[in-house]
Amino acid sequence: MTADLIARLGKITGPRYVSGAAEERYLYSMDQGTMPPAAPDAVVMPKTTEEVRQIVMLANKLKVPVVPMGAGLVLSGLTRALKGGIVIDMKRMNRIVTVNPASRYVVVEGGASQGMLKAYLDKHHPDLKHSMPDAPPVATLAGNICIHGSGHLSVLGGSHSDMLNGMEVVLPSGEIIRTGSCGVSGGWFSRAPLPDLSGLFLGWSGTTGIVTRLGIKLFPKYRYNDVLIFVAEDPDLMPDMISRLTSVQAAEDMTPWMTPKPDWARGFLHINIAWGGHTKKELIFKRNLLQGSVREYIDRKIAGFLPLPPPQKGRFLKIPSPDLARFADLRRGGGFEYVGAIMAIEHFPDAYRAGLAIAEKFNVAYSLGARIIGAGHAMMFFFAYAFNRADPEDVKRASDALEATNTAALEIGGIPWKAELPAQKQIIEKMDPDTFALMGRIRAVLDPNHIMNPGNWEKD
Amino acid sequence: MEHAEILHRCFRCGYCKLPGNYADINCPAYLAYCFETYAPGGRMWLLRAWLDNKIEAGSRFAEIMFSCTACGNCVAQCAFPEFRDRLLLAFTAGREALLDAGTAPPSVRDWLTRIQNHGNAYGKPAKKSLEWADGLEIDVFDGQEYALFVDDTGIHEPRGREIARAVATLLTTAGISFGIIGKPCFSDGNDVKAMGETALFESLAEKNISIFNALNIGKIITLSPHSYNVLKNDYPALGGQYQVFHYTQVLAFAMGRLPLSADRPGLTVALHDPCYLGRHNADYASARMVLQALPGVTMVEMDRNRADALCCGGGGGNFFTDLLSGGDDTPARSRAREAAAAGAQILAVACPLCAIMLEDAVKSENLDKTISVREISEIVEGRMDLQGNAR
Ligand SMILES: Cc1cc2nc3c(=O)[nH]c(=O)nc-3n(C[C@H](O)[C@H](O)[C@H](O)COP(=O)(O)OP(=O)(O)OC[C@H]3O[C@@H](n4cnc5c(N)ncnc54)[C@H](O)[C@@H]3O)c2cc1C
Ligand code: SF4
Ligand code: SF4
Repeated sequence: MTADLIARLGKITGPRYVSGAAEERYLYSMDQGTMPPAAPDAVVMPKTTEEVRQIVMLANKLKVPVVPMGAGLVLSGLTRALKGGIVIDMKRMNRIVTVNPASRYVVVEGGASQGMLKAYLDKHHPDLKHSMPDAPPVATLAGNICIHGSGHLSVLGGSHSDMLNGMEVVLPSGEIIRTGSCGVSGGWFSRAPLPDLSGLFLGWSGTTGIVTRLGIKLFPKYRYNDVLIFVAEDPDLMPDMISRLTSVQAAEDMTPWMTPKPDWARGFLHINIAWGGHTKKELIFKRNLLQGSVREYIDRKIAGFLPLPPPQKGRFLKIPSPDLARFADLRRGGGFEYVGAIMAIEHFPDAYRAGLAIAEKFNVAYSLGARIIGAGHAMMFFFAYAFNRADPEDVKRASDALEATNTAALEIGGIPWKAELPAQKQIIEKMDPDTFALMGRIRAVLDPNHIMNPGNWEKD
Repeated sequence: MEHAEILHRCFRCGYCKLPGNYADINCPAYLAYCFETYAPGGRMWLLRAWLDNKIEAGSRFAEIMFSCTACGNCVAQCAFPEFRDRLLLAFTAGREALLDAGTAPPSVRDWLTRIQNHGNAYGKPAKKSLEWADGLEIDVFDGQEYALFVDDTGIHEPRGREIARAVATLLTTAGISFGIIGKPCFSDGNDVKAMGETALFESLAEKNISIFNALNIGKIITLSPHSYNVLKNDYPALGGQYQVFHYTQVLAFAMGRLPLSADRPGLTVALHDPCYLGRHNADYASARMVLQALPGVTMVEMDRNRADALCCGGGGGNFFTDLLSGGDDTPARSRAREAAAAGAQILAVACPLCAIMLEDAVKSENLDKTISVREISEIVEGRMDLQGNAR
């Protein structure tokens, strides 16, 4: 059966881009996080939407599962083939199709990476940028948008899924659909005013279709950029501070962080605030707005801005920041995973305290932080735990801490983001049953043979 | 296996797949095959899995491991400064362990056997090793300032010979005091070392060192960046202490002595930085200095240049073992497209292996009407006043 599958896939993509070998099955069975391995029978790398369609048709015929994968960097094991089948590695579909500078959007293929888009814009449209996550630059735009990622323009533009203008998707049945304006007109400028079908593919962890093209909003790129770090000690004041800092609508990105290392940072709550300006005057004007918004705290001497010499600023202005990836080496063991929970800003103090308590209870190396989404509309609060992948006990400790964190996040009122399998089940437990039932009905309509990333978003 | 202790520290984050500006995939093996297994992080995890008996070292495993061109992009780009310098050492150690276990792709085995038996990668008799210079009026080394060391490709491959002859002619014209080594030398051992065949490397190096030392050679000019790298960095530990130069490094300061013609048509040139001159030895200047000294030459840069340059795919022995060929995205073909996109008429190379790899790629891409690949020595030669009137 597997040999037949490989041969038939090879007819679609060419044999060079299909493998059922032990090496690929091993590597694609896991990601960098703590979830146990689950190996596919085959890995295939299509180059065109038509090849994706043919793969899906074949999978339907053979009733073999299909798992879409971008860079596989989600960390929560969502690209593992829980029921075997085919991992579709999308990275050969990496073209940047078109940029529309007037309406500020780009159309990319489903495997295009964050880094390549950044480099492309830097070269061809130096006055435009997209919102980069701090994921390593090989992360794909599709993978990130499909999970409602967030990044360096998220205060300005919200979640990355909010910056989506439309998609071309291969449905589990093999039909190719287009959501947003591109489904009606030639342009990829908006999701409105149509019934918003994009939502059928956002947050579904690859269980509803395979995105082969996306239209994504671009933003003006500033000539001058700067960063401030606001430091406080009292977590209870954080919601108000965030609210004030976002109220002036000057920042592009705002990322609180709380880590026990380096020593000077321990016990303090920092908020990195990044913004830009077309002129120095604009930059200074916005800085004054930001500083003015929290003046009261500074005057009361309970918070303040960290003096940052220019060379240090460079580190904080680097996009993406490799610092988070480097956290994986804290235990000298190449591993970390985080619970990122989308939650309301007012839950900041609870989340912070829960994070500290869990880190202490499970004795795990931790880093806590958040990314503000929108003008203080929500945040992605992360609880990251490093582990040594060569030490099974350490991995188990991190895994237990993650599970406890998911529970805590849900109790606080947050929702684990890009939830790993156990967290999906926890979410389903809390979800309104009719809503969950609707999810099931939608999946049944889209995917009658239940081939798309099965095992995810299921009760049992 | 040496360096085994860093394998599990790789996070498989993939910074190493890209150049510093993220423009495109920059690990040649990963570019050619796209499977995660071929990326540096995949190699790290697979080696760990092999050592942990989670997977066996079969033929695909060996092909993956030996397909690394030792280009050093991963070392330059890995996000983890604490162990990135050891990545390539770990890959080499992995190959050494595979060779010890008797698991190497047939093309690797055959290539190593040829070198073992004949002292060169082409399996040619030693007596042919001076033929490349036939008809050139160059002296044999006998106490001149420099000895010229020509690698296997320069000696035995017709295209390599053309380049070797161009370099020797230029050095002569520039009045450099040099001689060719009159005794047959052995393979420089650079790529043998990168492939993990340490014992063979040492034996080759020791044989060359005894030839160099017997001739009292102090300064060496190499044709190939591969030779430059190994002679400069690895021979000293085996008793071979020389001042080593790639020919562009000598030429860069002798351009003023060449009879360059001022009336040649303008030429737009992009330089393909060779890995063993660039990333491995941080010389991005010499080749550019030579090109910039040519009247009428305008340099353009490809997206991936200097420390970000994409390997042609011929490094680390792959020129001979050919584990990256086939497919549209071989590194050489990708590079040919990139050079054409940069608007270059000439893709300049400073290495005989790069020349051959990229010439083939330009043809495969049907770009031969748009761009041609030329070794720097040939570009310079072509812009000299053949009457020999010094400027
Ligand atoms: C160090 C580090 C920092 C990070 N920082 C951030 C951050 O700042 N912001 C952030 O948002 N995330 C962050 N992440 C999380 C994650 O890496 C990113 O969100 C990343 O962009 C996911 O993209 P990917 O290509 O790796 O997706 P994958 O892991 O390959 O896939 C993610 C999900 O999308 C599905 N999928 C992928 N491609 C398709 C497709 N074409 N069609 C349909 N479904 C698809 C998969 O099945 C899976 O369910 C970080 C991760 C790391 C390791
Ligand atoms: S080698 Fe370095 S950059 Fe590459 S995946 Fe491993 S840790 Fe990341
Ligand atoms: S040395 Fe080059 S070919 Fe080898 S793994 Fe590193 S980047 Fe890839």
